[in-house]
Amino acid sequence: MKIRNRRVSALAAVTLVASLALTACGGDDSDSGDDSSGSSGGGGDATSVTFLPKNLGNPYFDTSSKGGKAAVDEFGGTFEEVGPDTASPDAQVQFINTAAQQGVNALVVSANDPEAICDALDEASSAGTKIVTFDSDTNPECRDLFINQATAEGIAKAQVDLIAEQIGDAGEVAILSAAANATNQNAWIEMMEADLKENHPDIKLVDTVYGDDDDQTSFDKTAALLQSHPDLKGIISPTTVGIAAAARYLSTSDFKGKVSLTGLGTPNQMREYVKDGTVTAFALWNPEDLGYLAAYAAKALVDGDISGEEGDTFEAGKLGEFTVDADATVLLGEPYVFNADNIDDFDF
Amino acid sequence: MSTATLDRPDRAVRTYPAYSKPLWRRALLTREFAVIATVVAVVFYSNANVPNFDGPLTMYYLFLDIAPILLIALPMTMIIITGEIDLSVASVMGLSSALIGVLHADAGLSIPVAAVLAIAIGAVCGAFNGFLVAYVGLPSLAVTIGTLALYRGIAVGLLGTKAITDFPEEWTDLAKERIFGDGTSYPTILIPFVVLLVIFVWLLHFSAFGRGVYEIGLNDEAAHFSGVDVERTKLLLFVLSGAVSAFAGLYFTLRFGSARGDNANGLELQVIAAVLLGGVSIFGGRGALHGVIAGVVLIGVISSAMRLQGETVNVINIVIGALLVFSVIATTLLGWAQAFLAHRRAPAPRPGATP
Repeated sequence: MKIRNRRVSALAAVTLVASLALTACGGDDSDSGDDSSGSSGGGGDATSVTFLPKNLGNPYFDTSSKGGKAAVDEFGGTFEEVGPDTASPDAQVQFINTAAQQGVNALVVSANDPEAICDALDEASSAGTKIVTFDSDTNPECRDLFINQATAEGIAKAQVDLIAEQIGDAGEVAILSAAANATNQNAWIEMMEADLKENHPDIKLVDTVYGDDDDQTSFDKTAALLQSHPDLKGIISPTTVGIAAAARYLSTSDFKGKVSLTGLGTPNQMREYVKDGTVTAFALWNPEDLGYLAAYAAKALVDGDISGEEGDTFEAGKLGEFTVDADATVLLGEPYVFNADNIDDFDF
Repeated sequence: MSTATLDRPDRAVRTYPAYSKPLWRRALLTREFAVIATVVAVVFYSNANVPNFDGPLTMYYLFLDIAPILLIALPMTMIIITGEIDLSVASVMGLSSALIGVLHADAGLSIPVAAVLAIAIGAVCGAFNGFLVAYVGLPSLAVTIGTLALYRGIAVGLLGTKAITDFPEEWTDLAKERIFGDGTSYPTILIPFVVLLVIFVWLLHFSAFGRGVYEIGLNDEAAHFSGVDVERTKLLLFVLSGAVSAFAGLYFTLRFGSARGDNANGLELQVIAAVLLGGVSIFGGRGALHGVIAGVVLIGVISSAMRLQGETVNVINIVIGALLVFSVIATTLLGWAQAFLAHRRAPAPRPGATP
């Protein structure tokens, strides 16, 4: 008995060691190599901007950071991207603290929790760092500016309209979301529920499941969803990781073509599923533009061109002029619908 | 039995030394000291080479970050020395965090009352683990991997998708307050940690209970026959583990001002990794708390320094994972090397013994 116990413990130790080592191999972000100048922090004259996405290894944030880096290169600042490997607020706090220690000029964050990272942001702010949130906001008093990718109403409506069109405005649908606490996801889901109830009485939302923005979890949740709801006609996945995993499951299952899938996805991830007929159309904004705009907004804050007051205007390079709305928010634009006709025009 | 040996009249004419090695070798040439030396080396290196590492905030944030790991590592060390393991600690933290949120926001209890209740429930969670391991005789790996999912499930079930964030300022500030005023590096969480550290050091290294813990790890049947209450010892350790984890959950909740069911997800890996890095044998029977504390600090310092260098979390994980693998391999290699040298030095008696 004792010996068996020890073997089990030894097995546990090996598993543990392996998992620590292997989690490191999870995300492959080739961008991280070329920001060698970033570690010098906020010492020199150049504006130092640090991007802190929800997690690394997420293609969506790889793209937004690419846009951010392009903007920072345009105005001659130093760019750095840091982030945790899982989308949790406590892991993000460590990186916010690090930015405060380095004294960077601006921190561009996509928040994993609207409240939990607030104190850390306040500390960074009192150390002189300008805080810009994008994609997922914190409480308004914790940041200087929020770059809104699209209005929640616009996003929710675009997805509901797409699924209604694809399933003939009647039948059971389900939602595959990211983490249960994700600010933006929950706001959209609430509005989709309201929109469905009001404008699409024949569509019934039967379930909302959470794939935690993890490919395998989302894949498994899709499989479970289709098993527990045999009459399901459509799935909405308002997260890029979720929709790609769901499409991968659908494309190899008997449900291909019978269950419609839409939501928010990136063209590169969804290209093969749009071409093989698994997915007809999906929506998104351009995350590269979002990162680009966030970087220019950070620059404008650091230079003192804007303070986050309603009505402030600033130039954002190739995107033109933007105006700050109420609650220190800047809106990128309307969501964009991708389908088989236009998907090849995009590469992100 | 031991008293009988001591009473033998020939004890005074013992012809061999009490220890095979002098004191300095026993104190310094150990696994624990190697970890401590590595910590010192990494701190010196980082101070010299990592920009902003010598800043006033570094140590303060470092302590805030590693505090929950430091706390839970104390009971975890004792559990692993008995040859068991507790994988459910992070889930108990999450459960305690969710409970404090629910009890404070929905039931209207004050923070101290909610905290005491949460720690009591943490102890109950630990007692459940301990009962199944010690009295039912199930392997702790299977039991605690089950309760890892169970307690986390309850935690997420309690709060669902929401996070409770309206905690009173004075309590959330207390979790981050500095002991010696502004500008110093020591947050208040170190006070309960030092108190617990003193208790655990006494318990493990200076009490009969602690000797029993080592004996169980080396051979639990022998421990049983020499009068150690194996079952009660194990039960008590799991109860301690549950209570301390719940306290760490309280700290976690107040530090981030946010009670969520998924708080501290995956922290058990960091705790166990730090304990093993600190020289505790996963097979039980070997290890010491000063090594474990050094192990926790080492992981914290390396992550902190590498983050300041702008390394991504993947690179940090690779380094820490490699360090852990290396430390485990090093112990084994060292053991082989010693056995090999001992064999070379004294080859005569062995062939003589076989015929």
